[in-house]
Amino acid sequence: MELIDLAIHEMKEKLAGREISASELTAAFLNRVARTNDRVNAYVTVCADEAGKAATDADRRIAAGGAGPLTGIPIALKDIFCTRGIRTTCASNILDGFLPPYDATTVRLLKEAGAVLLGKLNMDEFAMGSSNENSAFGPVRNPWNPERVSGGSSGGSAACVAARQAAGALGTDTGGSIRQPAAFCGVVGLKPTYGRVSRYGVIAYASSLDQVGPLGRDVEDCALLLQAVAGHDPCDSTSIDTPVPDYRAALDQKVRGLRIGLPEEYFIDGLDPEIRGAVDKAIETFRALGAEMVPISLPHTSYAVAAYYLIATAEASSNLARYDGVRYGNRIDQGAGLLDMYQQTRAAGFGAEVKRRIMLGTYALSAGYYDAYYLKAQKVRTLVRQDFLNAFEKVDVILTPVAPSAAFGLGEKLDDPLQMYLSDIFTIPINLAGTCGLSVPCGFTGEGLPVGLQLVGRPFGEADILRAGHAFEQATEWHKRKPEI
Amino acid sequence: MKITRPEVEHVARLARLALTEEELGRLTGDMDAILLYVEKLNELDTDGIVPTAHAVPVENAFRVDAIKPSMDRELVLENAPEQGANGCFRVPRVIE
Repeated sequence: MELIDLAIHEMKEKLAGREISASELTAAFLNRVARTNDRVNAYVTVCADEAGKAATDADRRIAAGGAGPLTGIPIALKDIFCTRGIRTTCASNILDGFLPPYDATTVRLLKEAGAVLLGKLNMDEFAMGSSNENSAFGPVRNPWNPERVSGGSSGGSAACVAARQAAGALGTDTGGSIRQPAAFCGVVGLKPTYGRVSRYGVIAYASSLDQVGPLGRDVEDCALLLQAVAGHDPCDSTSIDTPVPDYRAALDQKVRGLRIGLPEEYFIDGLDPEIRGAVDKAIETFRALGAEMVPISLPHTSYAVAAYYLIATAEASSNLARYDGVRYGNRIDQGAGLLDMYQQTRAAGFGAEVKRRIMLGTYALSAGYYDAYYLKAQKVRTLVRQDFLNAFEKVDVILTPVAPSAAFGLGEKLDDPLQMYLSDIFTIPINLAGTCGLSVPCGFTGEGLPVGLQLVGRPFGEADILRAGHAFEQATEWHKRKPEI
Repeated sequence: MKITRPEVEHVARLARLALTEEELGRLTGDMDAILLYVEKLNELDTDGIVPTAHAVPVENAFRVDAIKPSMDRELVLENAPEQGANGCFRVPRVIE
């Protein structure tokens, strides 16, 4: 088995046992990136020098007996995380040349845990997209089939892990942006409960929905990554001050007697029969493990996408107002005054999807329309959230498909924005509710494309979904398959 | 029509975006379709429903009002497209 095929938990054992060195590991991954990135386009920036130094440092730390939870583990980050002194683009031209003067809290925590940063990963611009086709650096190609999308917006993160270009990655999820690409690329992806992980230093898209989360080869790796970054941060007033459980320990609990809810609204006619087949088999696997299936209803499901595309775009229009050419990034000054500078800088710097969402959000918040759109959407959000809270009085975990189809073709959905938005139909409600969701591989289509299973937990119930996901993995082999690339 | 071309132009001004003819045309169509779709929210009676601004219950995230060092001015200015005198960001004239 090659070094790059090891899971993080396997690397930790071998590093501790001095079977491998952190320098060897980092070199193996950097080599892998150099050989494969032109075919995947997951990396925007590779930090070879910094990674080499960090790996040497890690080896020194391990030799001295001072290894931390992730010492020597090579990780890559979605290019939405501010990394001090390292180019950060958010896959946008408007941040051209931007070198963050500080590290995001989660970046600092990963460094303190000893992780080695390999580089920054491609994404949909400003996290707006479901296919990683909205990038100033070109699309990410699905490692399982280069003519298919990786999913988005954390497409680089998912593809990178699937292609063994890093041991694990961090992404962000606002409407499904970790879970959907994880499903499309056949890796595990977790969106924690809102407030579980600090958003400080994470470039904001929709502040009431954004959440940082891990992507990895298996559930245990995601548990290890989550452990390293979860917790209250005084720099993020929306982060919650509640104890962080031992996620690794939670994995070993069995699922016998676990009550799993199956919401009827997610198993509808529009669902691809191959997705349906894979998820149905997964349900049988859980039954065989002793879990109890409970039919439930989340009645406001069909309103979630509409509410999301008003709330998220409204918040985005506010968050992206800062990109004006004044303090960082590109500036276009034609000598026609300040207003013109704003308008030209933004017109030149933002891609089409970003402009569309800023426009929609601006309209939804504008005088005369605020009540009909933004406020209405916030009220519907309350109903969606209440659906989940009601369900969690009867069940511990909710099981659904992640996406209505497997990875679609590059260019296939670019002409119809609404079609693209509807691919997030099963993930968006979880963001509106603010709760946690895990995507685990549960099969493949006839064309060899991965299918993902979503496990949704109650707020701060990450331990429940990690435990269920881990049990599922122990009973299946889907997560062990890797693309040929 | 949920939205007209003049309305789209107005929104572009609010959003500080200089859009081309082609973009304005396309966006009018896109926004119209999306606004038509979100009409479905009106199927729901939301009278008396408290809007959710924050998904997780948290209130008044205060800290002690004690002065802490801020970011170094030089760091703050590092990415400035143009720096003015006295450690400021330089921009086109605002006041005539």
